[in-house]
Amino acid sequence: MATKVVMEALSPTMEEGRLVKWNKNEGDAVKSGESLAEVETDKAIMELVARGDGVLRKRLINEGDTAPVGQLIAVIGAADENIDALAGGGAAAPQAPAAAQEVEPGAAEQLPQEGAAPASPAPPAQERPRDARTSVPDDAAQSQGEASTPPQERDRTGAERTSTGSQGATLAIGSSEPGDRVRSSPLARKLASERGVELGTVQGSGPGGRIVKKDIEEAATRPKGAPAPAAAQGAPAPVAARRISAEGDYQDIPLTQIRKTIARRLAESIGPVPTFYLTAELDVERVAEMRDSMIELGAEYKVSFNDIVLKAVATALQQHPEVNAHWLGDKMRYFNRVHIGMAVAVEDGLITPVIFDADTKGLADISRESRELAKRARDRKLKPDEYTGATFSVSNLGMFGIEHFTAIINPPEAAILAVGGVEERVVAVDGAPAVRKRMNVTLSCDHRVIDGATGAKFLQTLRRLIENPLMLVY
Amino acid sequence: MAIVTFRDALNQALREEMQNDDRVFLMGEEVAEYNGAYKVSRGLLDEFGPMRVVDTPIAELGFAGIGVGAAMVGLRPVIEFMTWNFALLAIDQVVNAAAKMLYMSNGQFKMPMVFRGPNGAALQLSAQHSQAWESWLAHIPGLKVVTPATPYDAKGLLKSAIRDDNPVVFLEGEMLYNTKGEIPDGEEILIPLGTAERKREGEHCSIIAHGKTVLLAIQVADTLAKEGISIDVIDLRTVRPMDVDAIAESVKKTNRAVVVEEGWEVCGIGAQVVDYIQRECFDYLDAPVLRVHQADVPMPYAKNLERAAKPDAQKVTAAVRKVLYKE
Repeated sequence: MATKVVMEALSPTMEEGRLVKWNKNEGDAVKSGESLAEVETDKAIMELVARGDGVLRKRLINEGDTAPVGQLIAVIGAADENIDALAGGGAAAPQAPAAAQEVEPGAAEQLPQEGAAPASPAPPAQERPRDARTSVPDDAAQSQGEASTPPQERDRTGAERTSTGSQGATLAIGSSEPGDRVRSSPLARKLASERGVELGTVQGSGPGGRIVKKDIEEAATRPKGAPAPAAAQGAPAPVAARRISAEGDYQDIPLTQIRKTIARRLAESIGPVPTFYLTAELDVERVAEMRDSMIELGAEYKVSFNDIVLKAVATALQQHPEVNAHWLGDKMRYFNRVHIGMAVAVEDGLITPVIFDADTKGLADISRESRELAKRARDRKLKPDEYTGATFSVSNLGMFGIEHFTAIINPPEAAILAVGGVEERVVAVDGAPAVRKRMNVTLSCDHRVIDGATGAKFLQTLRRLIENPLMLVY
Repeated sequence: MAIVTFRDALNQALREEMQNDDRVFLMGEEVAEYNGAYKVSRGLLDEFGPMRVVDTPIAELGFAGIGVGAAMVGLRPVIEFMTWNFALLAIDQVVNAAAKMLYMSNGQFKMPMVFRGPNGAALQLSAQHSQAWESWLAHIPGLKVVTPATPYDAKGLLKSAIRDDNPVVFLEGEMLYNTKGEIPDGEEILIPLGTAERKREGEHCSIIAHGKTVLLAIQVADTLAKEGISIDVIDLRTVRPMDVDAIAESVKKTNRAVVVEEGWEVCGIGAQVVDYIQRECFDYLDAPVLRVHQADVPMPYAKNLERAAKPDAQKVTAAVRKVLYKE
């Protein structure tokens, strides 16, 4: 039985992928799990692996070509198997690989019907009325097991199983493919149409993001024009929870009335994320001394200013969970663990790899990790779980000679710290002018989560740590 | 108001209907001299004599057939099976004779009879003697299938079943015989077949159950009430005909449902209930309907495995939490 190879969603937000390099030639034997090709996603270069054993019989796109997620790009089969039906052309009409690119999404499962030669051993195609957008991932799931769709929500105990049988996966509780249809309960759909709520603007609180009655009721009471919760801004909130969603890793704070009012009013005033900025100039004389004396101990002890800043930020966040937070629309999430996103400039944009549990790591670990992550980011080798899950982000443009800047919050995170360069400035010390190493930091805060004083207290803690770096070992 | 056991409630129903109508008679294994394997027929032989309380040989197909013949000529037999597991031997008379007689005789022969006996698992009776048969029997057009949960319902439903001109399958939870409940003295109790009853009033989730599992549903409802979760418990009482209106009314109110039954999952009564719910209440559902039922295995003998296989309060509670999105 032949296995279809389709373009898989290799990042949470990937819609299409560019095939950088085929790792197998037509005729090569392949095993399930072996790398077939390198694919460039919207975030990184990833490996596409085989989901079946056999011989790579046909490659349907060329290196450099781009294919939408779900498109058939190759066929694996037995050496002597007739794959004409799958590969998109009858034996009488062999097709140039390039032509297969024009196969539009959704056509993949029509091919077996149209292209099946009379003597073809291919099984009859399953005829199910399906939406073109969802049909391809469905089909992929059939031919490739769990390759490109997440495991279906299926319960293991008799008590909790829905009685939908083994094909129950096709129900609304099945696929959670990004870009899939909005999932909602029948009741929620009815209420939404009665109350004029656009389902696309509502973030579902049910399993797998299902919109349920409660969500519609909350949305219906939100004034018109007020922003929908985070999801509507395209923020990957559910994805962001991947490595940090374990019970006990955070505390959800229900919104009080004053919080709701602040959120609504300020968002109306300034935009979806009502941001304000707090700037502080920190004295880094002692940080510089510490850094210098570490270097004197040997090159292996060399750390950057930024590493020390990351360490100090992580330590400060540990003491200020109200800044180490996400805005989730109907609640705020305070994290007990500190995962710092570190903005890294890459050739055509930026990406924020994450240093997980930074507050529990020593300077050596942070330094090594940040160096490796930055390199992998520039090489576009980051895996999705290396750049999702941050609870807070830090952006540093000091190396470009920037004294001071403001960074833009990456929702659903509630804050980001912009770090400027270290410079010598003349400042008053004990009533006399002195030349000191100074550094500006600016905290951008989502006012729905963080109030001015809250952010200021965090900066106060950060100042104490940076100006007295010995505190970092305390 | 007297407190009466389930078995005595059935005994009262039989006695009253036999006093009321001398065409009613009881037949089965050990029903006369031994007063019934579960003592449901206690005292009836003394009161009504051996012509109306008849001990039979161990020959279920034979005495079920005699019952069908008696009903054809105008009597109103009550056939007791020592358990419904033994009734498999008589199923041809139940399904192919009793259930089809009115239809195949073009209305000439009514079939005013009751097949009754214990149903479902008790304790450690193992695979062959621990089965709940209602989904098999409710599958058959021509039969009515009654599954009481309380002594009051048992009495009122058995009296109605005996008075019904159609063959009625009356399933008595084997573990229910000793349960007690209030039955008013000196009052004629007749509960129409095909009517459900709300056993607990609630608004957050419906639990739909029948027979023994109604007690489970009530137990869960009372426990969850302490957490502020209020459950609407619908006791079907009769699984064929089924009170679809009562189910729909409840689910339209709560928007969520858990269906509980003693039997197996596949083609179970719960599957039928879920079908009605999705047809009648589609626009009212805020969560998929979940079912709780026996594990899909022959009932194990080992005590721990038997416990694990049966529906219990923990499984029902878990299902309720799940449809409430509370986990």
